[in-house]
Amino acid sequence: MSDLTLPIDRQRPLDPPDEIAELSRQAPMHRLRYADGHLGWLVTGYAAARAVLADPRFSNRPEKMHPAIPARAELAQKGGFRLPPGMFLRTDPPEHTRYRKLLTGQFTVRRMKMLEPRIEEITNACLDDMEAAGGPVDLVQAFALPIPSLVICELLGVPYEDRARFHEDAKVLVNLETKAEDALAALASTMGYLHGLIQRKRKEPGDDLLSGLIEGGDLNDEELTGVAFLLLVAGHETTANMLGLGTYALLTNPGQLAAMRDDPAVVDNGVEELLRYLTIIHLGPFRLALEDLEIEGNLIKAGEMVAVSLPAANRDPSRFPGGETLDVTRPAGGHMTFGHGIHQCLGQQLARAEMRIAYPALLRRFPGLRLAVTPEEVPMRSHMSIYGVHRLPVTW
Amino acid sequence: MEVKADTTVCIGAGMCALTVPDVFDQSEDDGTVVVLRSPVPPELEDAVRRAVTLCPSGAISAS
Ligand code: SF4
Repeated sequence: MSDLTLPIDRQRPLDPPDEIAELSRQAPMHRLRYADGHLGWLVTGYAAARAVLADPRFSNRPEKMHPAIPARAELAQKGGFRLPPGMFLRTDPPEHTRYRKLLTGQFTVRRMKMLEPRIEEITNACLDDMEAAGGPVDLVQAFALPIPSLVICELLGVPYEDRARFHEDAKVLVNLETKAEDALAALASTMGYLHGLIQRKRKEPGDDLLSGLIEGGDLNDEELTGVAFLLLVAGHETTANMLGLGTYALLTNPGQLAAMRDDPAVVDNGVEELLRYLTIIHLGPFRLALEDLEIEGNLIKAGEMVAVSLPAANRDPSRFPGGETLDVTRPAGGHMTFGHGIHQCLGQQLARAEMRIAYPALLRRFPGLRLAVTPEEVPMRSHMSIYGVHRLPVTW
Repeated sequence: MEVKADTTVCIGAGMCALTVPDVFDQSEDDGTVVVLRSPVPPELEDAVRRAVTLCPSGAISAS
């Protein structure tokens, strides 16, 4: 019988919990006790993680899943796991396939290239404002959050003026300590807002993704609301935290910062390495075995849960030798920060475009950029499902 | 080296088009993979192999 529960607390801000690192040294898979007593699995090895995420015999539907941490157990009980239609991240084929196909054309490599000039404009406007205000500023509020927020709002056709509302709701939703009723209220509030927005767009369509989906006629208003919610939250929380935490990582590793700032040839791979090294998804993904199956010689029974630790997989020394240090010149391709298999992140090329533009633009505009507090004083998002910094006071 | 793509399993993640734009593109309508050339020239074979391992859905294969 295993008494291992999912380790969450980090001893050092940029490293996964020591317990996870120790487990992954021992074996690629471990028995894990879930919050409701269920005995399932934890995967820490790279190859095993890929095998699980690519295997169609695992489900991503929330109904029968066991929660891995106590706060989510309460949410499950109160009905939080019965997700509204349209949140296709938590569906299986063929339902998933239908949604995904409707959206992939909007997020191709080519489309993201076309967006680049606009992302550059948005980035430069943020930097101009920072320069005019003078340091110190909170880089999260001045830079890391507004860039992806403006970009995803424009892309979807969500008025940016309304952002305060869903920023607040998103914060509540990704907080691992949020009480069930607060999470459900935040979900309802943003869903209500988006539902109204979609009805307005039906009457007055714009030149944006949601209007395009409405016009396409494949989804009803409830489904559209779910899709809009998923894209809006995913587009905000992830890239914003990569920009905030990534800048913190660079500021505390000056040699790496200099390489990202001074050598344009390093930037693309440097972004991949930051994605790998920081792996801001620090809880899950989770899957449920639909039948008995074997992964790396372990029998996983039908109905058993598997938690994949992406931070551990992305530091597996058999795949990324020396991966416990940040090295922007290491070939970091093949990391699993965007997941793997059919649910691999739909917006990954958008996230890449934003980071490839934003990091060098920031570092070149402010060559003397530095923390305005000690590294220890930066508050980390230790109890959020997306890891990062709450605030990043910087000056130049 | 011959390249094959199965658009019914492709999820449009774009790793192929990002890794070897000379061989892979994505369709304008639904973002699924389009093979631009097959067989591929020898100097692109390594990159194509990398794209095959990077593809999250197993939609592309090379032989
Ligand atoms: S990488 Fe795979 S899933 Fe993504 S577009 Fe190419 S073939 Fe499709």
